[in-house]
Amino acid sequence: MTTDTPLSNISPNNFEQCVKCTVCTVYCPVTAVNPLYPGPKQAGPDGERYRLKRGDFYNEALKYCLNCKRCEVSCPSGVRIGDIIQQARMKYSHGSAGLRDRMLAHTDLMGGIATRLSPTVNGILRLTPVKMAMDLTLGIDRHRTFPSYTPRKFTTWFRRHAAAHQERYTRRVTYFHGCYVNYNFPRLGKDFVKLFNACGIGVDLMPGEKCCGVARIANRLIKQATDAARTNLREIRTAVSRGNDVVATSSTCILTMRDEYPHLLGLDNADVRDNIMTATRYLYRLIESGQVRLVFKENGFPYHLAYHTPCHMAKLGWGVYSIELLKMIPGAMVTVLDNNCCGIAGTYGFKKENYKYSQAIGKTLFDSIARENPDFVVTDCETCKWQIEMSTPYRVVNPISILADAIDFEATRQANMQ
Amino acid sequence: MEKTNQFDVIIIGGGATGAGTARDCALRGLSVLLVERFDFTAGATGRNHGLLHSGARYAVTDGESATECIKENMILRRIARHCVEETGGLFITLPDDDLAYQALFVDSCNRAGIKAEVIDPDLARRLEPSVNPTLIGAVKVPDGAIDPFRLTTANIIDATRHGAKVLTYHEVTSLITDATGRVVGVNMRDSRTGATSSAHSQLVINAGGIWGHNIASMAGVTVNMFPAKGALLIFGHRINNMVINRCRKPANADILVPGDTICLIGTTSDRVPFDQVDNMEVTPAEVDILMSEGAKLAPELARTRILRAYAGVRPLVASDDDPSGRSISRGIVCLDHARRDGVEGFITITGGKLMTYRLMAEWATDLACQKLGVDARCTTDRDPLPGSEPSEVRKQRRLKGWRRTKSHVIELSTDQKAAEGRHGTMSSKIDRKDPAAESLVCECEQVSVAEVNYAISELHVQNLLNLRRRTRMGMGTCQGQLCACRAAGLLDSSGACAKDTLADLADFINERWKGMSPVGWGETIEEAQFMSWLYEGVCGLL
Repeated sequence: MTTDTPLSNISPNNFEQCVKCTVCTVYCPVTAVNPLYPGPKQAGPDGERYRLKRGDFYNEALKYCLNCKRCEVSCPSGVRIGDIIQQARMKYSHGSAGLRDRMLAHTDLMGGIATRLSPTVNGILRLTPVKMAMDLTLGIDRHRTFPSYTPRKFTTWFRRHAAAHQERYTRRVTYFHGCYVNYNFPRLGKDFVKLFNACGIGVDLMPGEKCCGVARIANRLIKQATDAARTNLREIRTAVSRGNDVVATSSTCILTMRDEYPHLLGLDNADVRDNIMTATRYLYRLIESGQVRLVFKENGFPYHLAYHTPCHMAKLGWGVYSIELLKMIPGAMVTVLDNNCCGIAGTYGFKKENYKYSQAIGKTLFDSIARENPDFVVTDCETCKWQIEMSTPYRVVNPISILADAIDFEATRQANMQ
Repeated sequence: MEKTNQFDVIIIGGGATGAGTARDCALRGLSVLLVERFDFTAGATGRNHGLLHSGARYAVTDGESATECIKENMILRRIARHCVEETGGLFITLPDDDLAYQALFVDSCNRAGIKAEVIDPDLARRLEPSVNPTLIGAVKVPDGAIDPFRLTTANIIDATRHGAKVLTYHEVTSLITDATGRVVGVNMRDSRTGATSSAHSQLVINAGGIWGHNIASMAGVTVNMFPAKGALLIFGHRINNMVINRCRKPANADILVPGDTICLIGTTSDRVPFDQVDNMEVTPAEVDILMSEGAKLAPELARTRILRAYAGVRPLVASDDDPSGRSISRGIVCLDHARRDGVEGFITITGGKLMTYRLMAEWATDLACQKLGVDARCTTDRDPLPGSEPSEVRKQRRLKGWRRTKSHVIELSTDQKAAEGRHGTMSSKIDRKDPAAESLVCECEQVSVAEVNYAISELHVQNLLNLRRRTRMGMGTCQGQLCACRAAGLLDSSGACAKDTLADLADFINERWKGMSPVGWGETIEEAQFMSWLYEGVCGLL
């Protein structure tokens, strides 16, 4: 070498590592059902070369990407294909998000309003004429039912009934409840507090918690997503500085805070990234290292559980923690369903233009659930839950709720007393 | 030997100069035969930077070339719109360079009529974020990028539209002379079948580039050519959107050009012996110098995937014994061998460069017309090339990236947008009625089945190499890994393939490997490995 220029030949443009093997397109659930979508390889690394030439090579068909990240999981070269596609949508897509997208994206704002009027809102949203009207005016598919809103938010319950006695635990964890638990399904948050308290772990909340921002990112509301992410990171840093890890019962919230913040929003979270994890991973690691013990009900838990790995859980690589926890339950029969996308991808499946594809993508999963015919489908993702419950007759439960039901609360509490 | 094979002129060489001369002669009403040994653009035309020179590079050392360049630059922007990308260029001064050169440079540019504007280094960094941030001076010039493949193809199309006959894969084996020693035709051999034939004409124009040396010797005359090898590297994607040059005396690896989806750094300049001009290989030393010098223009180059390395041979006409070849004028040499050597009926057009191909063609055609007693003026500086007709271009630009149907306007797919870029207004001839033809042959370069079919039927395609040069198929990141076998299938079923399809596929893949092997490390070698698994392991080919 004639100079000391460092010739590392490792491009900061991650897409260059693509060797065009096309395995991502094989694993893409959208490509299989939607001929309008160019597929992850075309939309990602291939398209990026053209967009670098001129932005108008951007193709609006990229909106069909679910952001399930299955392409990234399948890529042998470590190309962040999903990120490339999302970044392209953020950078080049024409026009701004419309009213529908804004409504769907602001899960916390809408949730805050709806919980106050929950009996009315829940009733209205179930009326066929209302669904037709939303379909025609907003483009929210008439086949969709919004999850019902709770009259009392999880945070309200926590403040009144749980906050006071968390002080007695020395081991503490910070719970990122997310919008779904807070506005729609506080039961899961209550189960989480019950289970963790039984394990001798105190639960703190983040006073300034915002929506993780995944729906805002998906609907290209980047400024709003970044604002929420900044607040959350500040809260997470406060929690971590007090020695807490931050856990959530939603795999998508975790993936967003760990990976989408740095990759898509450009926010550095390297100092706290390792402290952000799913509740099942946190719990499993304590059990495995002997620091926590679960004592299950004596009469056992005689149910057939079919575990569905959410796409974002697969991306995290942490489905195994949920599965192993379920397998600890005596009497429970645990089946792991083949790894398939349910098709809803958060707000994606609510949009009229995506409904058909959403259901087509989910069909393989629905069929395999029907074949297993379990008592419960178990999964860590709330939108997978909605989709499976809307599309099959089965009930879907978070593994944390299953564990909270299966343990002998008193005995577990005793076992974990210090 | 057919007596009817009679033309006004026979042009030898299917590079930009030969194609341009064929077009010019045809436009002026001459009957033309163009003979090319292999394929259009197979020589130096297809092996250069693809730089639409502003002339600034030559302004200090060669004012005449600089003036020619800027004039042709402005003409090509008009007549060959679809081959040109108006990127603009920068001449940057780095801390190692003498900033005083900048004043001389700008002054020389102005004298040659090149608009050279000194800009603040900060502005340069904003205009072109990939530029070396340590630059201490910058000059903006009207450089651009030009696609030599499209340019040559468009000239050929227009020549044939005006009656020219074109023979590719025909090698001239000897010149036919009459009793007086006048050149009256050529003997040819079909390089695929070995069949021989001949054609007669009043004039033979030698536009063979460096190979023109041999053609001239067939006529018993000597053109003292100077083969200067220039090596270049192609990178996987564009890191710059403006041409970046060093503001100093021309040297190795000091031009970085964005070309279509890629960018290129070059060149070197080394004298090579004549017997080597057909097997140019890029050496590790050349790769090293291109990388290390290139990274000074744009540091990101050092971390960017290299697709391939290649080298061309400049057909410079030697005037002295300068070993570097850089002080030799890049000026045009148009020789009337009747006057120079007493050989009637033979003209050589050489020297020059891609930028001045049109002017070279004009000079050669002027001479031909004068010798044939034809009074016709050159119009190639005004007549747009097929693909760049202004009225059609305006229509296309209004709907850029979109297409109007009966009821609404729909967005074009990426491959349709790419095809518009490649073929200009001719892209409307691509038959997209069959939805299946929308599927892609080349995914990296977005070449659809429809575009391949169009190229096969309209653009003189007989093998995969031809197809690559007409469409960019196989020029992208994977270097033919995914597209070559698909295209081979289409070519085979069209019946246009001149030889055994599998042998053609093997040739194509080996030609790709030739360019990859000098830069075979990192992702490039992984790609090549994967390619060999696919073709050898899975398909059992090669």
